[in-house]
Amino acid sequence: MIVVVDYGMGNLGSIQKMLKKCGANFVVSNLSKDIESAEKIILPGVGSFDKGMINLRSLQLVDVIKKVVLQNKTPILGICLGMQLLTKSSEEGVEFGLGLVDANTKRFRFDPSSKLKVPHMGWNITHPLKKSTLYENMEDEKRFYFVHSYAVSCNKVEDILTTTNYGYEFVSSFQVDNIIGAQFHPEKSHKFGITFFNNFLEL
Amino acid sequence: MLQTRIIPVLLMHKNALYKTVKYKNPIYVGDPINAIKIFNEKEVDELIIVDIDASKNNMEPNYKFIEDVASECFMPLCYGGGIKTVDQASKIYSIGVEKIAIENGGLGKTSLITDISNIYGAQSLVGSVSINKNIFGKLKVYDHVQGKNLKIDPIGHVKKLISDGAGEIFVNTVYKDGTMTGYDIEFLKTISESINVPMIACGGAATLEDCQKVIKETEVSALGAGSMFVFHGKHKAVLIKYPNRNQIEKYLGSLNE
Repeated sequence: MIVVVDYGMGNLGSIQKMLKKCGANFVVSNLSKDIESAEKIILPGVGSFDKGMINLRSLQLVDVIKKVVLQNKTPILGICLGMQLLTKSSEEGVEFGLGLVDANTKRFRFDPSSKLKVPHMGWNITHPLKKSTLYENMEDEKRFYFVHSYAVSCNKVEDILTTTNYGYEFVSSFQVDNIIGAQFHPEKSHKFGITFFNNFLEL
Repeated sequence: MLQTRIIPVLLMHKNALYKTVKYKNPIYVGDPINAIKIFNEKEVDELIIVDIDASKNNMEPNYKFIEDVASECFMPLCYGGGIKTVDQASKIYSIGVEKIAIENGGLGKTSLITDISNIYGAQSLVGSVSINKNIFGKLKVYDHVQGKNLKIDPIGHVKKLISDGAGEIFVNTVYKDGTMTGYDIEFLKTISESINVPMIACGGAATLEDCQKVIKETEVSALGAGSMFVFHGKHKAVLIKYPNRNQIEKYLGSLNE
């Protein structure tokens, strides 16, 4: 059973829609016992970093997530804010992240002369830095939908799956064994997203 | 690099899809669900659905319809029309719509935008505004419910929407709506340069050349259009269409580099 963690951060409607489309067997839950027995975990999320961590803590989900991911090697997919929460910290807030990946989340910083607006919103291309089954069966130009004002910066290059350019190259996805983060919204990214989810379900 | 979003803007009227000219004379386009299925197959960047009756008739959003639409969409979807309370917004988000647009509910003294934005985040809230010319040719905020221009300056209003918590701005020029005569470049340049959040421009598009002109000459982030995606030829035969990736790249591809 796939568990979509419901910790009160943004709407989960589109993720559920996508999982149904992929024929996945899933449950939306905020219970430790579900996470403990999950086959895979999806950590979605829209909103602020601190609120995300505070909500996870008040639901007493932080330790159980760390345990199943590190000990049982349960695959976890963090999407958008969910990806950022997998890192150690964020410039958006003061709370510690889950710290499952050696990375930090930073605000987009551009030249004062730059015309780039924040959030980075729209379709952009992911450039692979290493091979992963997550990006199999896709066309050459892998397009995904993004909406975010902060981006992950990995301390180890080998953790980076893809980068994407917005003013500069930022980490659009990472994978460290069973720990996966995607800054884009695969649930809103047409066939690219459907394939990405199917590949995650196949892991 | 970030690709320019090209967004079909679909108007709901009497539970069907219509297209207006200067916000008047709605022309029947077809069954909305069927149109949305086609747009989904064509992999549109995003969709905006506006119920043009809801605020006017003081009706609640049609949740059943919105749910039917959302279940066909695997791309970002924005809904606008008749949202007056946070509860109504919550209902729409929980259906699986990621953005809601507030226009009428953002006029006058109200904390609606701030209240929704505080819960769901600015990126989920689109501040929508209609702009029209008054008899002296001056641009004013237009109230489509009352059917009249307000004594409100467009730029000041848009800035207020942003400071209230809108993370994106959707600007419709009434005097260009449905005319297929190209966007009002001069106005879009002024307004887009005065804000720092993504802006969707709408009104007047007939071709990708029109879109290209906006991206070349203004700081607009995304292009909305109605007629361009539902009409074909000079007699305006109904045809649901959307340019393919190569066509979009050809006109808009390198402009953001």
